[in-house]
Amino acid sequence: MKRVFGVVALAAAVFVAQGASAQTLKQVKDRGVLNCGANGQLAGFGLPDAQGNWAGLDVDVCRAVAAAVLGDAKKVKFVPLTAKDRFTALQSGDVDLLARNTTWTESRDTTLGLNFTGVNYYDGQGFMVRKSLKVNSALELNGASVCVQQGTTTELNLADYFRANKMQLKSVTFADADQTVKAYDAGRCDAFTTDASGLYSERLRLAKPDDHIVLPEIISKEPLGPSVRHGDDQWFDVVKWVGFAMVDAEDLGVDSKNVDEMMKSTNPEIRRLLGVEGNFGEQLGLTKDTFYKVIKQVGNYGESFERNVGSGSPLKIDRGLNKLWTKGGIMYAPPIH
Amino acid sequence: MTMSEGDLAVAELRFIRTETLEQQPPPSSLTGPIGWARENLFSSPFNIVLTILIGLLVLWIIPDLLRFMFFDAVWTGADRDACLESVQNRTIGACWPFVWERLPYFIYGSYPIPERWRVDIFFVLLAVGVAWLLWLNAPRRDIGVVYSFVVLPIVSFILLHGFEAIGLPVVDTVYWGGVLVTMVVASVGIAFSLPIGILLALGRRSNMPTVKLFSVVFIEFVRGVPLITVLFMASVMLPLFVPEELSPNKLLRALIGIAMFSSAYMAEVVRAGLAAIPKGQFEGAMAVGLGYWQMMRLIVLPQALKITIPNIVNTFIGMFKDTSLVFIVGIFDLLRTIEVSRIDPKWATPVTSTTGYLVAALFYLVFCYGMSRYARMTEARLGKADRR
Repeated sequence: MKRVFGVVALAAAVFVAQGASAQTLKQVKDRGVLNCGANGQLAGFGLPDAQGNWAGLDVDVCRAVAAAVLGDAKKVKFVPLTAKDRFTALQSGDVDLLARNTTWTESRDTTLGLNFTGVNYYDGQGFMVRKSLKVNSALELNGASVCVQQGTTTELNLADYFRANKMQLKSVTFADADQTVKAYDAGRCDAFTTDASGLYSERLRLAKPDDHIVLPEIISKEPLGPSVRHGDDQWFDVVKWVGFAMVDAEDLGVDSKNVDEMMKSTNPEIRRLLGVEGNFGEQLGLTKDTFYKVIKQVGNYGESFERNVGSGSPLKIDRGLNKLWTKGGIMYAPPIH
Repeated sequence: MTMSEGDLAVAELRFIRTETLEQQPPPSSLTGPIGWARENLFSSPFNIVLTILIGLLVLWIIPDLLRFMFFDAVWTGADRDACLESVQNRTIGACWPFVWERLPYFIYGSYPIPERWRVDIFFVLLAVGVAWLLWLNAPRRDIGVVYSFVVLPIVSFILLHGFEAIGLPVVDTVYWGGVLVTMVVASVGIAFSLPIGILLALGRRSNMPTVKLFSVVFIEFVRGVPLITVLFMASVMLPLFVPEELSPNKLLRALIGIAMFSSAYMAEVVRAGLAAIPKGQFEGAMAVGLGYWQMMRLIVLPQALKITIPNIVNTFIGMFKDTSLVFIVGIFDLLRTIEVSRIDPKWATPVTSTTGYLVAALFYLVFCYGMSRYARMTEARLGKADRR
């Protein structure tokens, strides 16, 4: 009986929450601040710095949406969420937008009631080894011992990969990420595996970071992206197109430094992006110069990437799959037309 | 008067001392450090074994700790390179520049920098309140109670949260963090738990069935659920049922959870004290015509609280440390700010985490040890009556 009541109450609450939140754009404008669910403890994606200012690739998504909707990238209230409470926070309206390194999966997109607005980082599981091992590919790891965190999908992916490639695996498991890294650093295993973005930040914590390399193979698909609630198509479009505009801007060579000169450009695609021609921002319920504001205040996707996780940051993550489609990656955005 | 035979015999003895011998100091093996050690450290074979084992343990831990904290520590530096063995080519202990740089974040969290003076004033006001209450010879402690339990909470709320009408911009609680949050959560927990706990304890021993039932159900229900569950319920389930505007913010939810939880525990501690008071005390109080509240206030509670001081302080210490559990619901208390900082790629080194946790350990140690010393002092003072 209690259980039935719980389910009914939950369903009712979800229903009410959805009904009430069909006008997120208006709510955000009225409130004057964007509530953004973020990670708060993942280097490069969402982490407060020494002054308490948030920075990261996911954080930039929130800032870009704030710049687009409110005209000021600073008008964001970051709500730190744990992996457990992130979906409830979005569902209940605590946050307008969830940008917390969340993997886009079928069940989350459907039964959890999320709408993923795109992918802002193609992640996947990778390997790190010592340079002295002289291994250049994960396929050469036959018989190697691999440090991995217990009870994660990472552990399962590892076993699958070795079995699929008919290699011998000696996995050494640990209860938490810290112990896993320490053990690898102490030489208890030949290789260490976790998501590629994590490999780069963990490498910094090794005694001699330069003695280790990340192998090129990515053995699982972890497309990370921002998400919004079901049932508000207008808001879904806004967040989606802010993300696309940042990629399109990089594609067209528009960045935060040259955006003012680019206003004079004769390239019709740039003119449409920056609102010189057409009314593409207005179609979203915003202003003409919406994307101009985003690029001016936050930058294009490439700038955001380099600043937070790429060469401009201590993480120095290789762009890999996240390169533009024209440069050998798969980062691609539909045109603004 | 004639001399007896015996006296004569004594007088004829040759060797008799006419003056007393000067007192000699005890042999050196029984005095000074050696004597103390013989008496206290090596008095029996069992004691000798224990002393040696504990001595070895200390020798095993202390030098390494000192080496890590001081001798091998890095004191200045701009980023992780300063604390990297591969760059510095020496053994690296604690990475203190990381702490210096992150210290403001440990204390204030993301509280806006131009508004941080408000937090400083809060710390001063809190310290004044605590000192006023705890210093037994302080003047006008009755005003101190009013200040600490009425003025301080209101002023602190206005100060920290902000009040547009008097020109203090509102600072949402999601920006609060570090020591600020730890102090707010701990002081709210401590300030609420004792009065509510006393009421619940009295309620549980009351003759009024509804009051008794309520107290028993509240205490048993809250005590029967782990604090983490209470916090989860408050932060995850509550927003689903309450409309967005009415839903209290995250910190408030956690504060209510902690206050409820600590009150239930405190109620049991106080009840134990009440149960230890002999029946004669109650009867005596009633016999001189005191009403229920007078009896409790003047006769029973002073005695009951006195004997439960160690347990009350024990509960406070436990609660002070339990405040770190609020990190589970995404509130940045001190421990969480340290956890976050140690991930910062600017300072990521093998020693960063250890240094961060060392800071947390020292912080909690200082406060908990302080509480425990104060309790010992009060106990000793109140215990004088029993020894008379």
